[in-house]
Amino acid sequence: MDLQRTKAIAKKEFKHLLRDYRMLAILILFPVFLLIIFGYAINFDVKNIKIAVYDRDHSSLSRKFINSLSGTENFDLEGYIFNDSDIKHVLDEKKAQCVIVIPDDFSENVYNNVPAKIQFLIDGVDGNTATIVQNYVNLAALNFNREITAEIFSAYGIKSSIPLELEPIFWFNPELSSTKFLLPGLIGMILVIVCVVSVSISLVREKERGTIEQINVSPIKSTELLLGKITPYVALALLNATMIIIAGYILFGIEVKGSFLLLFFSSLIFLFSAASIGIFISVISESMQVAFSLATALSLLPSVILSGFIFPIESMPWIIQVFTNITPVKFFIVILRAIILRGVGLEAFWEQVIYMLLFAIIILTLANLINIKKEKSA
Amino acid sequence: MEAIIKIKSLKKSYDDIKAVKDISLEVYEGEMFGLVGPDGAGKTTTIRILCGLLKPESGSVKIFEKDIIKNKKEIQNQIGYLSQKFSLYGDLSIDENIEFFADIHGVKDYQQRRDELLEFTRLKPFRNRIAEKLSGGMKQKLALACSLIHKPKIIFLDEPTTGVDPVSRRDFWKILSGLIKEKITIVLTTPYLDEAERCNRVALMNKGEIISLDTPNKIKQALEKEIIEIVCTKIREAYKLIRDEIGFEVQMFGDRINVIINNIEKDYPKIEKALKEHSVEILNYRKITPSLENIFIHLVRKAG
Repeated sequence: MDLQRTKAIAKKEFKHLLRDYRMLAILILFPVFLLIIFGYAINFDVKNIKIAVYDRDHSSLSRKFINSLSGTENFDLEGYIFNDSDIKHVLDEKKAQCVIVIPDDFSENVYNNVPAKIQFLIDGVDGNTATIVQNYVNLAALNFNREITAEIFSAYGIKSSIPLELEPIFWFNPELSSTKFLLPGLIGMILVIVCVVSVSISLVREKERGTIEQINVSPIKSTELLLGKITPYVALALLNATMIIIAGYILFGIEVKGSFLLLFFSSLIFLFSAASIGIFISVISESMQVAFSLATALSLLPSVILSGFIFPIESMPWIIQVFTNITPVKFFIVILRAIILRGVGLEAFWEQVIYMLLFAIIILTLANLINIKKEKSA
Repeated sequence: MEAIIKIKSLKKSYDDIKAVKDISLEVYEGEMFGLVGPDGAGKTTTIRILCGLLKPESGSVKIFEKDIIKNKKEIQNQIGYLSQKFSLYGDLSIDENIEFFADIHGVKDYQQRRDELLEFTRLKPFRNRIAEKLSGGMKQKLALACSLIHKPKIIFLDEPTTGVDPVSRRDFWKILSGLIKEKITIVLTTPYLDEAERCNRVALMNKGEIISLDTPNKIKQALEKEIIEIVCTKIREAYKLIRDEIGFEVQMFGDRINVIINNIEKDYPKIEKALKEHSVEILNYRKITPSLENIFIHLVRKAG
């Protein structure tokens, strides 16, 4: 290893990067763009569910129930319905996502200690939202039950108590905000794309332009070349990460709870494993076009679908779970969530660091084997 | 003279194509050695093996008495290579390109050497221009300057003047003769036989084989025959006539034909007679000294 030569390569590569305004603009603006898209547009929080009510009971009790729903920020009361056929209209025309039908014997049953039934018709087209609506409704019904029971019992002069009371508290993300959940994954995704695409393109460019020949006849070794080549892009990716963390704080109020130093070093290891994918791609592709397509496909898709960024890995079939290991983002997300949201130390994620290193070693070995085979047939 | 490069029974094939078939040659220190031949003769393959860019299939290559495969990096530090394709960084300036090659060769204090090279190649006025914006000839001179920054003992030039205009070509050759004065050994490939004449020694290559190897003069003298150049009407007819009916070897060069004969006094009348019979009018004829081109075509035909 000669660091002078590595420095020479890195210096030249920085010049390329700074002179290619278009590429530089894309590499800097693209993360900002993604952050805005994911931060604002993709929102899994379900609030302001539109409801319509068909109240056939018209009692003070039924009104009380309705108020208990529309009083929260989860539900917005859109209006009342007065006959059966309107239920269909309201749902068809998407005027409401949920229709509540209160039967005419509702209050009578409640006071006679007979279980009263309330019908909820939920628009099930968006399954995800429907499940959340159902949960909210259940919760509302549970609360209402408790209040009414207490009221009825006290009317008989009995002090009631409920044997079991659940009080769920969500740690690390008490508001269950999806932006908070998404930000670490977003950092992982952006870094992997920037790193894989730029490293592979910059290596293949030398092949395509023939400049690699001059480097090959120089005393420079391949490790020196690769290290020099990835340095500027790793630096750029770290800049991107910093920008996202600052923007995450300003726009979404997400603070890094853990150590910045740990964050920095784990990001460095992650970028090393991402760069290894870039190197692998540069070995198997001969033109920048091929490299670009492969790099985007291999970095973007797995980091969105298989990394646990959006879809939890635990709920995937085992065979798909095996495939999730093709992206180092999977491991990095665990680390990021641990540092940013939970503020814990290395003891919580040292395994992931080892996985990332293993990942890089495997990919680089594979790239090296293919390269040797190619050289032999050349 | 001492051999600085020694090639023994070198072979290399790509799949089914035998690019280089059993080549042996030596290059002496301080000479300009030319590998000459048409496209596909195996010139580029040979020069790339010499630089350690390709692995030979069999045979050995020794440079400075060291094996190119075993001591690749050590040898590469003392050689320069100029590839056929322009291979510098288009977005870097002349100065920056040279600086980069100085850095990767570990040359410290390259500034003075760079000024010398820029002076030598007359690129100094353009030193801050980016390489992309240079003319073909200037690009080639810059590439040469880059390959010389670390003071190599040998430089390998792969078709350095292909696609360069005639004026720049002459310029380039002047620079090369300057290098020879500095005791740098030059190995170059060229498809142009007029360039080959300027080399100290040449290896004529065809289909992966060396068909002749010597100084240009000795190669020409080795042909113990005479050549007459004839300018005449109906040139195609004359060509076929001489080849098929009299049985001499004929080479066509545009508006004239060269005939290889044993003796002008004895053989010319035969040609004259035959052409007259077919009403071909001879406008002019003269005995010429054979050029490398004549020899090359002759040797290729002889080899079949």
